[in-house]
Amino acid sequence: MKLETRRKLSEELEDLKSKTIKMSSLAAAAVEKAVRSLARRNVGLAKRVIKEDDKIDALEIEIENKCMHLIALQQPMAKDLRIIGSCLKIITDLERVGDRAADIANITVELAGRPLVKPLVDIPRMAELAVGMLRDAMRAFKEENSLLAWGLGERDDEVDRLAHQVTRELFSYLVEDPRKTSDAFRLMLVASFLERIADHATNIGERVIYMERGERVKIN
Amino acid sequence: MKVKLQTKNLNVWYGNAQVVRDFTIKIPEKRITAIIGPSGCGKSTFLKSLNRMVELVPGARVSGEVLLDGKNIYDRDVDDTEIRWKIGMVFQKPNPFPKSIYENVAYGPRIHGIAEGERLKHLVEESLKKAALWEEVKDRLNISAFELSGGQQQRLCIARTLAVNPEVILMDEPCSALDPIATTKIEDLIFDLKRNYTIVIVTHNLQQAARVSDYTAFMYLGKLIEYGRTEEIFERPKNKQTQDYVMGRFG
Repeated sequence: MKLETRRKLSEELEDLKSKTIKMSSLAAAAVEKAVRSLARRNVGLAKRVIKEDDKIDALEIEIENKCMHLIALQQPMAKDLRIIGSCLKIITDLERVGDRAADIANITVELAGRPLVKPLVDIPRMAELAVGMLRDAMRAFKEENSLLAWGLGERDDEVDRLAHQVTRELFSYLVEDPRKTSDAFRLMLVASFLERIADHATNIGERVIYMERGERVKIN
Repeated sequence: MKVKLQTKNLNVWYGNAQVVRDFTIKIPEKRITAIIGPSGCGKSTFLKSLNRMVELVPGARVSGEVLLDGKNIYDRDVDDTEIRWKIGMVFQKPNPFPKSIYENVAYGPRIHGIAEGERLKHLVEESLKKAALWEEVKDRLNISAFELSGGQQQRLCIARTLAVNPEVILMDEPCSALDPIATTKIEDLIFDLKRNYTIVIVTHNLQQAARVSDYTAFMYLGKLIEYGRTEEIFERPKNKQTQDYVMGRFG
């Protein structure tokens, strides 16, 4: 019979993982809402995203504290230790995803009352891809599935390609009509924020592989 | 990295019971190697086989090789007393002789004819300094060793081991009878000693193994299961049994 040992630590680690997953859900929803607020010119929604970033920040501190307590009180080793170390890194990525969502929402607020320089096609597509990557990275985390994490690299390339395309396109608008410089520049920023969010998802994927297998890899 | 001590296919039996099984390991010079494993896995027996102390156990039998600088210590031409002098041992419970502090340290060098007179005094002082005990006892070297605290007694036993100028020091759970402060002092001392000595430490305390050692070997049912750099064993062990053991999930 296998003895059940370190039950408290196991339970605490499950709780740590579910809090981290909760933080990722908030961050992913923030990105979706921020981009929706931009596409629909919904300033109220944008302001809510900015305000709700505080929740993500508070959760980051809560999870970080929990990790520190577990290290201090439980002396975790091997995979237990890797789970905690990975959570500490993942929450930094998630906190930054939340910040980028708030940055996009801020741009919605700044652009309020002015028509967009171009219809948004690629930006919502980028958002969908980046959020999908984030959700899959966290699914890989939840299921400890490093194979799923490996697939994120290629998808990150697709987001990078779209970011490049959006920037090039906006640059042509900017050259055509210098009055649009400031707004076109803001949309370029949105594309670069989304590109960063996909990078964060990729980082999380790399942490999942480390957590599960103890190997440090670059998946992109 | 130079190998100081190594075993090749080492087996140890107590009567019919085999306690160490086909154990092959290379222990690097001037590094700290920890042996971890559950109770009864053969750690202490393995340690005792490294300086032939196991031969003092009635019914014990050894096969295979233990090489110190490439020379098998079990060869017929090797003097076991000399081996135990080169490969010293510190035990779980401090075991000073019922003599003064001075005599505890002077005993070894005197019977081995290493030093006498002023030289012996100097050697005692040096050994106590190396064991980080000198400052605490220099004014009362003639009191009984039993008047010292447990931690001080253990450092005295380390000084006694150092006095005969060993090359390797084996430590069998050297802190298990000590409080956390005394443990910290011994751990700091072990760390300092690595500059000049090769150290092998058996410990039940995984955190201690993680804190003090450079290499860790996990032993189970008499066998070496996994051996590697300490950070690898505790962060990303390759073997499932090692992982379960270091995570405290050994059933």
